[in-house]
Amino acid sequence: MAHDTESASGEHIVSPMLYVGIFLFLMVMTALTVFAASVDLGWANPVVALVIATMKATTVILFFMHVKYSTRMTQIVIVGALFFLFLLLGLTLTDYLSRGWMSFPTH
Amino acid sequence: MEQQRETATFGMWIFLITEIMFFGGMFAAYLIYRLSYYQAWVDGSNRMDIKLGAFNTAVLILSSLTMAMAVHSAQVGKRNLLILFLIATLILGCVFLGVKAVEYHDHWLNHEVPGQYFSDLDEHGVSKGWTDTSHTSLYFALYFAMTGMHATHMIIGAGLLIWLIIASYKGKFTPGYFSPVENVGLYWHFVDIVWIYLFPLLYLISKKHSG
Repeated sequence: MAHDTESASGEHIVSPMLYVGIFLFLMVMTALTVFAASVDLGWANPVVALVIATMKATTVILFFMHVKYSTRMTQIVIVGALFFLFLLLGLTLTDYLSRGWMSFPTH
Repeated sequence: MEQQRETATFGMWIFLITEIMFFGGMFAAYLIYRLSYYQAWVDGSNRMDIKLGAFNTAVLILSSLTMAMAVHSAQVGKRNLLILFLIATLILGCVFLGVKAVEYHDHWLNHEVPGQYFSDLDEHGVSKGWTDTSHTSLYFALYFAMTGMHATHMIIGAGLLIWLIIASYKGKFTPGYFSPVENVGLYWHFVDIVWIYLFPLLYLISKKHSG
């Protein structure tokens, strides 16, 4: 990114062209996820949708929210928060899924 | 100045992390109940208007671009562009809320608001073919809780944008001081990310699983 510079208060300035590129990527991924929903992938439908959503969210966090250029402490705290979100969702699921209570189709 | 700016941004992230855990609780509830009452979730999800949902997703992503451009304009000290991009973000946020209101109204007419008038018959008295109406009501309760809480965040964001527009007009922000613009930007992008997950989970993933 040869056009990137620093502002008066010392932080990284992302070029508008990169922002537009990120925007186009997000729009393409949105179109892709809507298309993927119209194809019967069985159990993989939610997986594909969530993988695409996570790619979009990661792009927004890294570039629109400037985390790629943030201090190391901010980055570590965000990764730590995602770990606790994983504990919330992951440990709840391991409990429920291991009890045979759920009615979702497994084929 | 740089340390002050970094501290403000770090504080904003700590707040956003509490927001992640707040929405995370609702996502966990959604996940458990979808796995528990799968057919009810498919039935409820198939009542969503994917065209309106996709349109709103595009509107919100575009508003994130204009918000990022507003922060950029503040960084390089272009006051008029800053005001312009903030107004564009505000308008796009209002478009999103308007479309959401149309969807809510449609659910209202079709007896899809949980409560006394919740029904598997649509506004013309035609059956929607639901197999588990009581748990489809649970789907809609979570749908309204999650999108309602998301919309509440959008309304707060719109208020913050109006505040920023007035402050920018008064010339409060310079390339050396624009933390409010940057941190409202972080908030706006966070709300966008919540929708990035809500759209596939509520609208898309059950489309091909009708039976």
